Amino acid sequence: MSGPLVLGIETSCDETGAGLVRGRELLADSVATSMDEHSRFGGVVPEVASRAHLEAMVPVLDAAFARAGVKPSEIDAVAVTAGPGLAGALLVGVAAAKAYAYGLGKPLYGVNHLAAHVAVDQLEHGPLPSPCVALLVSGGHSSLLEVPDVTGIVKPLGATIDDAAGEAYDKVARVLGLPFPGGPPIDKAAADGNPEAIRFPRAKYHDGTLDFSFAGLKTAVARWAEARRDAGEDVPVADVAASFQEAVADVLTRKAVDACKRNGVGDLVIGGGVAANSRLRAMAAARCEASGIRLRVPRPGLCTDNGAMVAALGASMVAAELPPSPLDVPADSSLPITDVLVR
Amino acid sequence: MLILGLDTATPAVTVALHDGERPLAQLVTVDARRHAELLAPAISRVIADAGATRTDLTAIVAGVGPGPYTGLRVGLVTGRVLGAALGIPVYGLCSLDVIAADVEPPGTGFLVATDARRREVYWASYDAEGNREDGPAVNAPADVPRRGRPVAGEGARLYPSSLPGDIGPAYPAATTLCRMAAFALASGDSSRLLPPEPLYLRRPDAREPGAPKRVSQ
Ligand SMILES: [Zn+2]
Repeated sequence: MSGPLVLGIETSCDETGAGLVRGRELLADSVATSMDEHSRFGGVVPEVASRAHLEAMVPVLDAAFARAGVKPSEIDAVAVTAGPGLAGALLVGVAAAKAYAYGLGKPLYGVNHLAAHVAVDQLEHGPLPSPCVALLVSGGHSSLLEVPDVTGIVKPLGATIDDAAGEAYDKVARVLGLPFPGGPPIDKAAADGNPEAIRFPRAKYHDGTLDFSFAGLKTAVARWAEARRDAGEDVPVADVAASFQEAVADVLTRKAVDACKRNGVGDLVIGGGVAANSRLRAMAAARCEASGIRLRVPRPGLCTDNGAMVAALGASMVAAELPPSPLDVPADSSLPITDVLVR
Repeated sequence: MLILGLDTATPAVTVALHDGERPLAQLVTVDARRHAELLAPAISRVIADAGATRTDLTAIVAGVGPGPYTGLRVGLVTGRVLGAALGIPVYGLCSLDVIAADVEPPGTGFLVATDARRREVYWASYDAEGNREDGPAVNAPADVPRRGRPVAGEGARLYPSSLPGDIGPAYPAATTLCRMAAFALASGDSSRLLPPEPLYLRRPDAREPGAPKRVSQ
């Protein structure tokens, strides 16, 4: 299979990513993360992330080209996350992408990070059905989108009104004495727990919207654990983790299936770091099956932030012959999802 | 020799092209909030204005600050990545030294101070010949050991009571950056140039969390 050869650069949070995609074929996905430097602070420190992006950028680019076995001069375009994300972190990637595009004499595409999370699934499961519904869940975002055309038309259906789902994982992990980021250790602890041991609240479950809220759930878990400790009892970490995870997966998958049904859409794509969660994947598979919805979830390595997803979206834009972004394209930390390509 | 110079360590986005003997083109835009938007178009413009093309470049030199982090990083990542794309070396120079090189010799030692935000300045001190004696460092304007000497750089304009005796210029000039790099390279001694590493001078603001706060009373 051939198609445009596109370099994608991603720096919206703690991952410095450079990916190379030809058409819908993944050639290389090179990622450096500063997560180790953030873990002792219990959250991503923007300035630490930005400093790490500067140091990692050229090595990550070099590694991507070496792995793909292509020369920089062979690429057709450079795509970069222009937003949303951490302002200072985005700027490093955007400046790098401009320098690379200008230095090689190639067009530049400043793209939306959330649309890239959807587009990456094409690398594994082929062209996206039109339209599809996308559920994007990570430490930074929790959104439901209707996607008629990932290169240009993306409509918000719902989003979190407070914490992102991944943030709730991080905060609950802290309450349980588990490390940051909270997703993987909670998933692991939950494997030995009873998901029905504690009935944690499902906020906005019956409110008829496609929005989420996770702040109350996080507080409910903290309050429950405190009560046990105050009573001089141990906190059953596995049961709390499993019950918390059950509540998150229940709300996310219910609303995602709802979004498909209401809009008459038969395909659901899940992306973002929380899409690596085993319970979310299993529950989504069961509920989609029961509702006759086709489910597409990329492998975990492509769900978390990376350059390949940006390259995948950029390659679709080049294939669609969209005009590129100008060299003065800004980074926008609160880029709306409706701005898929920034011009 | 065709050197591209750039500096983003101050509110000025300054870019110049130099053939080793003389400056060919330069562009200066003062806008503290738009470094990333302005820099790449400015580079493209300066190279076009000089009638050159990007593949003619033989070296890049970037101001390494000290300077406010976000803007400073834009210049350094641009320099590093453009150098990687073109396969040419990338050097750094202290941005305060670049300002110092443009000071009209006052016949005495002098200081250079630039805006470090948070009511502080980045500063360094120089002897009458313009050789750096002390710094770079970051301090409140009143805490800079001035010893009665005049001050160049924007710090003199921002804090005239603590840093009086403004002898200008306010910002580093990319043409000067190029000239200094050309001189160092022509001497065959690139060790007088710095690696393109940022001079942050401050640690990131981050505090390790204590125990989780109680949510119930
Ligand atoms: Zn993301």
